Amino acid sequence: MHIVVCIKQVPETGNVRINPETHTLMREGVTAIVNPFDMFAIEEGLRLKAKLGGRVTVITMGPPQADAAVREALAMGADDAVLISDPAFAGSDSWATSYTLAKAVQKFGDVGLVLCGKQATDGDTAQVGPGIAAHLDLPQITYVRKIDAIDETRITAQRLLENGIETVESALPCVLTVIKEINEPRLPSLKGKMAAKKAVIPVWTAADLACDPHHIGLEGSPTRVAAVFPPPTRQGGEMLTGEPETVVPQLIEKLREALLQASR
Amino acid sequence: MSDPIQINSDTCVRCGACVPVCPYSAMTQAEGAVPTIDLKTCALCGACVSACPPQAIAIEPARKNEALDSFKNVWVFAEWSGSEFQGVTFELLGKARTLASDLGQKVVAILFGAGVANRAQELIAAGADEVIVADHPALAVFQDEIYAQELRQLCGAHKPAIVLFGATTLGRSLASRVAVPLYAGLTADCTGLEICPATRQLLQTRPAFGGNVMATVITPGARPQMATVRPRVMKALPADPARTGQVVLAQVAAEVLKAKARRLAFAPDTGTKINLGDAEIIIAGGRGMQKPEHFALLEELAGVLGAAVGASRAAVDANWIAYPHQVGQTGKTVCPKIYFAFGISGQIQHLAGMMSADIIIAVNKDPDAPIFKTATYGIVGDLFQILPVMTREFRKALGK
Ligand SMILES: Cc1cc2nc3c(=O)[nH]c(=O)nc-3n(C[C@H](O)[C@H](O)[C@H](O)COP(=O)(O)OP(=O)(O)OC[C@H]3O[C@@H](n4cnc5c(N)ncnc54)[C@H](O)[C@@H]3O)c2cc1C
Ligand SMILES: Nc1ncnc2c1ncn2[C@@H]1O[C@H](COP(=O)(O)O)[C@@H](O)[C@H]1O
Repeated sequence: MHIVVCIKQVPETGNVRINPETHTLMREGVTAIVNPFDMFAIEEGLRLKAKLGGRVTVITMGPPQADAAVREALAMGADDAVLISDPAFAGSDSWATSYTLAKAVQKFGDVGLVLCGKQATDGDTAQVGPGIAAHLDLPQITYVRKIDAIDETRITAQRLLENGIETVESALPCVLTVIKEINEPRLPSLKGKMAAKKAVIPVWTAADLACDPHHIGLEGSPTRVAAVFPPPTRQGGEMLTGEPETVVPQLIEKLREALLQASR
Repeated sequence: MSDPIQINSDTCVRCGACVPVCPYSAMTQAEGAVPTIDLKTCALCGACVSACPPQAIAIEPARKNEALDSFKNVWVFAEWSGSEFQGVTFELLGKARTLASDLGQKVVAILFGAGVANRAQELIAAGADEVIVADHPALAVFQDEIYAQELRQLCGAHKPAIVLFGATTLGRSLASRVAVPLYAGLTADCTGLEICPATRQLLQTRPAFGGNVMATVITPGARPQMATVRPRVMKALPADPARTGQVVLAQVAAEVLKAKARRLAFAPDTGTKINLGDAEIIIAGGRGMQKPEHFALLEELAGVLGAAVGASRAAVDANWIAYPHQVGQTGKTVCPKIYFAFGISGQIQHLAGMMSADIIIAVNKDPDAPIFKTATYGIVGDLFQILPVMTREFRKALGK
């Protein structure tokens, strides 16, 4: 089976800050990583390949430096990688991103399964996976914690809902979004790292994907970011000191109001 | 002036591909002819433009806004579990009331399920002016494809200006599947919603980058304006059983019920009494809990306070507690009134999931633990000494 894994390069969360004067993102010195959820998607792709045969292709849409993300996936054992990159893709929201990724999946022509992470830690939208499914008119199983069974035509998987676990069966091709519970991603082997370093990564542009120019990048994005600003700072840090027997009653006194509300 | 959307009859191959993709049923085609567009219902959304193989359809970008005013009313997708509404539904209705009165429009609740029509009054009591009910055995439980197809069809028929969903697993799985074929804008996980007085657009504010940044998002040139909204942020109105409203039964067409995936089984989580997302109070433990057995201490305090139990990734990775309890960037985002952190250091990835709690209480033996910078109240000390006293004293204070 041909399995496509969509991965995104994201800034490491701890480092992103807003410049308080200019209200723009400060990107200097921010390390880029593969979106943590996408590591589980890569790992699951590799495990399914081991079971079913076929190949795993990793795709990412992003600027040229996103190349580093797909090399990491190659080092883990992915067979192929494609970087989807074009200045015309800049400013894509989740609508335009899922359109572009759907075009790439379509271009392969033989994809049996599309794997995504549950969400990307920069935008935190969880929209791109279902968006790809919608663009391709494919079924989807989101929040997948375990794949129970899979063959060339069908998949049965468990998804984690707020109030329990749902088992869903779907025809293939299908789009899955996966959560952390599904597996433990492997570390890249030395041999994998060497091969990944040397790999030539094809770049697909808007023209290669036959994208409608009105549906990509900023123009193709129905949403616009009108403003970015720092979150309200938590004023806090009142320390209560003393022995438990004195501190706890102090705390309860402070919480009385909130407790009454919470246990309405 | 020329029409804002045009079909080039020289390049049109009369294939008809554009007709079924139009969400607003604005396209018709006579046998072998160039399709015609009803400009009164056309929303200039662009669905036909991308469906047209020879690219014979063009919209004048500058005139995309002309159709926006025909979209009216604020819709709330009511999340029905089969036995009850999710709390976020009432919060959304409360918010929708404010938005609708700012716009001078109606609040419409959308209710899908089997045998649910008699629950519509609860939505009216919570603020809906109208409830559109799709009542059908095939809608008994959430199914991504079927729900999305039915909602897309309703949006096409009624043209709402705004559609709100809870940012739950269901809401997040559904919203994108509806927004894509409608060419609508969708903003995830909003914590603030407002109507801009000048433009009458929906201003959607949400955290990004794990809560380090806030962004306000707008949908200037497309409708509906769709958003998922984080549970427990908006305020529900007190239920008013005397409120009246209209209940409209929607058709469920056979087309809508076609699906390639289906639910085989559902195993409700019986272990946890209170789900993290709904909890008013969360008692969370981290690596400082030391052993799985010690989570019973947290359970006990949780029992006294009617709280849910959460955990850091370190505790989950050590298999002391199951993953559904994990709070943080790779776990759940929660927004309780009170969050207790016992033996949690407060790394950014954990904070990302609980930073918007009203009150944070941290107990940690390390006075320099970063959690104290975020905590409303900090207690430096050994959690094993403090926790039992807390359980005892809270029990006393609450008369339990
Ligand atoms: C990509 C990525 C995603 C992540 N996602 C998440 C996530 O979703 N959620 C999450 O929580 N973490 C996440 N993490 C991990 C995060 O960085 C931290 O490692 C984790 O939160 C630490 O858990 P902890 O605070 O329980 O453990 P520690 O950092 O080890 O802290 C334990 C604390 O307990 C205190 N302590 C010990 N004994 C006692 C005692 N007897 N009494 C009182 N205090 C005591 C110690 O002083 C210490 O501060 C993620 C990390 C990465 C890289
Ligand atoms: N630019 C991108 N390139 C490849 N995959 C992406 C991209 N953006 C999002 N994804 C995939 O979609 C998932 C959800 O992302 P998001 O909707 O942005 O939270 C991610 O975990 C990835 O699997």
